[in-house]
Parts: sequence; C-alpha cells; structure tokens
Amino acid sequence: MTDLQLGESGTICCLQDPEMALKLLEMGCIPGTMVRLNSRAPLGCPITLVVGDMADYTLSLRVSEAATILLK
Amino acid sequence: MAGGPLLSGRAGAGVSAVQLETAALRQPGPLTRIALVGNPNSGKSSLFNQLTGLNQKVGNFPGVTVDRKTGISQLTAQHRAEIVDLPGTYSLYPKSLDEKVITDLFYDKASPQYPGFVVVTVDASNLRRNLLLFTQLADMGLPTVLALNMMDVAEQHGVQIDIAALQQELGVPIIPMNARKGVGITALKIVMAQMLDAPSVSFYEPEEALLPMIRQIRYYFNLHNDYLALHYAHQYRHISLLSAEDRAYVQELTEQYGFEPTARQAQETIARYGRINEILLNCVSVTRTERNEPYSNKLDKVLTHKVWGYLIFFGVLFLMFQAVFAWASYPMELIDEGVAWINSLIQTNFDGPLVNLLTEGVLAGLGGVLIFIPQIALLFAFIAVLEETGYMARVTFMMDRIMRRFGLNGKSIVPLISGVACAVPAIMSARTIENRKDRLITIFVTPLMSCSARIPVYTVLIGLVVPDESVLGVFNLRGFALMGLYLLGFFAAILSAWAMKLLLKTTERSYFIMEFPVYRWPRWKNVGITIVEKVKAFVFQAGKVILAISILLWVLASYGPGSAMEQAGKRATTEARRQGLTPAELDSRVASEKLEASYAGHFGHLIEPAIRPLGFDWKIGISLLTSFAAREVFVGTMSTIYSVGQDADQLTVQQKLAAEKDSNGQPFFTPARAFSLLVFYVFAMQCMSTLAATYRETKGWKWPLLQLLYMTGLAYVSSLLVYQVMK
Repeated sequence: MTDLQLGESGTICCLQDPEMALKLLEMGCIPGTMVRLNSRAPLGCPITLVVGDMADYTLSLRVSEAATILLK
Repeated sequence: MAGGPLLSGRAGAGVSAVQLETAALRQPGPLTRIALVGNPNSGKSSLFNQLTGLNQKVGNFPGVTVDRKTGISQLTAQHRAEIVDLPGTYSLYPKSLDEKVITDLFYDKASPQYPGFVVVTVDASNLRRNLLLFTQLADMGLPTVLALNMMDVAEQHGVQIDIAALQQELGVPIIPMNARKGVGITALKIVMAQMLDAPSVSFYEPEEALLPMIRQIRYYFNLHNDYLALHYAHQYRHISLLSAEDRAYVQELTEQYGFEPTARQAQETIARYGRINEILLNCVSVTRTERNEPYSNKLDKVLTHKVWGYLIFFGVLFLMFQAVFAWASYPMELIDEGVAWINSLIQTNFDGPLVNLLTEGVLAGLGGVLIFIPQIALLFAFIAVLEETGYMARVTFMMDRIMRRFGLNGKSIVPLISGVACAVPAIMSARTIENRKDRLITIFVTPLMSCSARIPVYTVLIGLVVPDESVLGVFNLRGFALMGLYLLGFFAAILSAWAMKLLLKTTERSYFIMEFPVYRWPRWKNVGITIVEKVKAFVFQAGKVILAISILLWVLASYGPGSAMEQAGKRATTEARRQGLTPAELDSRVASEKLEASYAGHFGHLIEPAIRPLGFDWKIGISLLTSFAAREVFVGTMSTIYSVGQDADQLTVQQKLAAEKDSNGQPFFTPARAFSLLVFYVFAMQCMSTLAATYRETKGWKWPLLQLLYMTGLAYVSSLLVYQVMK
C-alpha cells in the first residue's frame, strides 16, 4: 500500500495486523476492494485513500496504519 | 331552584370525564425510548436536532465519561418519545470506550434504559458501508427503522435506490430523507409513533460449529436470540452487567470450543459485506461510473497545500483568536457592568450582612460565571462551523504528524491555541478529540498556555522591573519579556504532554483512521444548538463549582477569627483620623487592614514560611489565594493590600509596588522577586473556573486535582530556582 504513487490504485489483497484489520474491515476495506492513494499530508503522514470501485468515500489514516494493507 | 345543584353537579361530572379523557390522550403511559444510531458523518446529529430541537438534555451514561444526549420529540399529536443520541460508530463491536456505551445499552434487555426501538441513520450515498451497522442491529432483534439520509447527495452522485425493493430485502420500514433540510422528518415521526415488530430478515447466521457454544450461552443467560449470545462470547470481558462468575463461565466455554474472537469477527464482517453486496445489486443502480468530488478535491489542493494550507490555517486561527480575544470583550464588558450595576443598586437600597454576601459573594461569583459566556459562544461558533464544513478533518490531517511527537493529536491544536485566550472554553473544545488518552493530555496541558487573565499580572510586574528600552532600535525589551513568558508557557505545555505520553498507559488501542468528509456548507441550526448546549453545560455544571468557591473566598476575605477584623477596622480609623487622611484614603486603609485581619490574611501569614524561599511575603500569599477566583484579581488585591502604610491612594498599583520597601529599606520588588512571581503565574494552576471545566470534561475530581498539584508544584520549583539563582 505504501508503495503506491499519488493517484495510483490497487486492489486490497489482505490485511496484516489482525486487530487493525477489524477496524479497516468495518470501514469497508474488504479484500477485493479498489483503493486509490489520493493525497499525502504536507509532512508525508497521514494520507488519504479513496475506497471502492465507484470511489465511494475517502478515508484518512496514518502511514503506519496503511502499511498493514497489502495490495494484489 | 332545587334542581340547580343537581344539574351543575352532573355537568361538573361530565367536564371532569372529558378532562380525564384528554389527559389520557396526552399521556399515553410511559414515554417510548428510541435510540438513534449511525455511522459518523451519516447526519445523525442533524436528525437528532431536527427531532428534538432545543428540547435536549446532556447527562452521563452510567459508569463512563461519555455524554448522554437525550431529547423529547413530539412524534404525533398524541405521542411523545424520548430520543437517545448514541455516539457515531461503524459497528456493534466497540473499538473505543465511547462506543462501548452503545453495546452496553443493547446487551441488557432488562434495563429500564433498553430502547423500545432503534432508528439507524444511513448515508444513502454510501450505502454499502453504512448498512453494516444496520444488519448487526437488525440481527440483535431490535425493532428498527432505517432513516435513509442524504438522498440529495446520492442523487447528485447518480445513485438510484429502489426503496420498495430495498424495504423488501431489509424487512424494515425505510424513510428516504434529507435531515439537513428537514425533508422526511414528518414521515419518520409517523413511523416512529407506531409499535413495530422486530425485523423478520436475518443477515448473518453464525457457523454451525459455533452453535453449541452459542446456544449454551443463550440459555444460560436467557437471551432472546443467537446473535446476541455470539456477542456475549466476543465481548464478555467488557460487558458491564456480567458478574465475575458469569465471565468465568463464558470464558470456559470459549476455551472449550476454541473460539477465536478476532478471526470470527473478521469473518462475520466479510460475510455481512457479501450479503450487503447481494442486496445492493438488486436495489441500487449507479448511473455515473466514476464519482467525482471536483470541488472538494480542488479545495483540498489549496487548503492542505504545504504552504497555503498552513498559512490559511493560521489565518483561521488568527480570526478565531481575534473573536475570542477582542470581539468577546464588548459583551464581556456589558456583563461586567451589568453585574456591577445590579450590585450597586442592591447596595444603595438595602443594608445588612446578607446584602454583602449577596453582592460580593453570590453576585460576584455569578458574574464570574456569566463573564465567560461570550468567549465560549464565539469559540464554539467557530469550532462548530469548522466541524460542519469538514475543515476540521483537514486540520487534523495537516497537524497530526507534528502534534503526535508530543503525545498530542492533530485536533489538539485548537484547544492549545484557544488556551491563549481562555483555558475554560479551550478545555471544553478538546471534546472533538475522539481518542481518550490524547484528549486527556490535551485537557491537562492546555492551562499552561498563558491565558488573557494573566496579562494584567504580566504587564504590571514586567513594567516594574524590565526597563522600557529598545533593543536594536526597534524591539522593546518589555515586549521581549512578555513574549518570553508566552513561549515559556507553550514549551511547558508541549513538554508536559510529551512526559504524559510516556507515563499514561492505556489499554484502548488508538486509531487515527477516520472518514475524510467532503466539504459542505454548515447548517446554522446545528451551529446554534452547539453554542446553546456548550453555554448551558458550562453555566450549569462548571458554574456551580465556580459559584461555590467564590462564596468561600468571599467568606475568607470578609471574616476573621473573633472580633479581630472589627478591631483592625477601628484601629485603622483612629490611626487615619490622627494622620488627617481624606475619606478615600481612610476607606482604602480600613479595607487593607481588615483584609490582613481576615481568614485570608491569616492564610497569607500561614503560608509565608512556605513561599519565603520563592521571595514572596504574606501579602503576595493573600494575592495568590484571591487569584484563585481569577488571576486578574491579583492586581486588585495587591492594590488593596499594599495600601497599608501608604500616604496616598492616588498611586497606581505599579507605583505602590515600586514604593514597597523590605526590612533593610531597599525596594521589595527586586528583579529576582518579580521574575520569580512571573514564572509562578505562568505555571501555577490558580483558576477555579479551569478546574471546574476539567472536572466537567473528565467527570471526576482525579484530573483537576492532579492538574492543580502538578502545575502548582511546577510553579513552586521553577520560582524557587529563579529566585535562588537571581537573588
């Protein structure tokens, strides 16, 4: 996830940290969902992700949290 | 004539029967209790405000420090209901203590708080994620209504929802609405007034393998369905109503069946999303392929830009600071003058000991509470607009990296900066920080920021010992000293936050992840309700403490042991007559002698040994005590107390202090003493209003007391160092 360039998208493959995964799943980051790296804060962290095939909504999260999301 | 009484008697009976009937219509038994649940940003508070208006009450959930907002809603002419507004959440598995109040409410069917039914607010433009919580609630077996909110946004995005089909699939009534504009409220109220059955559709069946365990839990606790029993297996450690034996029983069962809560929960969430996708496939069509937020994205390019973003943010802060600092001063003066006017009105028209208690104790204390209202109202008007528009999420986004280093959070910046005006509204504004540890640290360190009440103290003392010279031809030395004091407070706050980050342990895992809302126009009704709610919370909760301490301080300053004060007054009067002083000089002389003989004066003498190493004497001791009402009182007290032995009353406070001599005839206020006192005022917790605000926000005396001890201890040690080094 953290390897994406701004504007690039990927499909969620799996979530590493089990506890963090519960939170991410509830917020709609289900394996198979498309995510796009939308923007980075001026200091590089946090970042915003656009979630969903239809670009349903935007999440903001810290880089450490995003790092638990693995992409296909 | 004889039939008169009979007739009237019959007529009377008729009237009372009619009255009884209408009374019965108006009061159809106990109020229905309705819980309002939904994702954050699903328009839940707008809906709550629409349903209840200003008919809201803020209380506590039992045992936790989460506000419990309830309101009465007139659903139909005959039917009223009590609405409970629950914290926004994404699921029924709580991730924070705040969210735990939701499950506590739904787990205990026997509780009188158990809701009759639930209104779930759902963002129609974002159905998939919002329906997760709904399916969990429906499986809990609670009668549920779906408030399909933000229909206008969904339409803009080209999302078309077949309401009839969705209603069929979900098995509950669905009301399409736009809560911000009030569309659909009447329809929702009519449905809310009906008696509803539990939903007939189930969205998730626990796996076969888990059923033996689930059934055992279900029958042991006599629960009404399997899904609730499954929740017991997940949450038994955190369910407030379970006893130690109950927990041990569930724990044994989960171990026996090898139940893995994290994996099960993840599996359940994925299964639910699968089911929701199936449902949406049949009921929702999207006409536009790529959703675009052209305005939000363009605005974000500027508002979170690495240069413009920060500049604009500081501009917003500056405006907010101006409002709280400068604009609020006009209504504050009005309140001040108004209270003084009422005071003088009472004092000129009435006489007696109770009049003094009323004017100098109660009314002065009441004035001390009311004076904060303009600042609180203005600050929260700003904060509400920032929250409503979605800008606050951007502020958090930009500041998080910097603030996190010090154990704070992106959102801590607003309380910290507002603390420069006044710590009371600043502490209340820490409410926007969801993470409890971050919120607590922010509340704890905010009073270290130099507030406006310290300014009079700073200017008097700086004027006393810092020469009015310029450095490099432009900068004024006194200006430098003042800035130094502000920076001292700021660094103390940041470093204390960092130390607390290391010391405070928390079992609650902290997540930053949040939804990044699109920009919206603020709803002025929501802004207005926020202001009213914050002002009410302050006046009725913090205000009580402030009033009580004001009266206590008044008693301490007005009464002394035995007849000491009376004698001091007489002594001052005869002495003054002998010296031939004017009436004004006489009054000030009497006042200062009386203050010395009062309990407050005794307190000053009592603590003198403790504060002597800091360079302070008993006179400063009294001022420290009276500063507790408000720091600016320091100047007034010093003015009164240093009148002792002075020849003229015309001198300014500064001149009085400058004229004070120590036992060797040298000026008492040396730079060492003045700086020691300044540093003391930078750090010391001397504001009962702030303590009352901390008490209200943390819902207990532990944190305000720790704050008092820590800040005053820090002040003592720092002043000691300053005085001993500079002496």
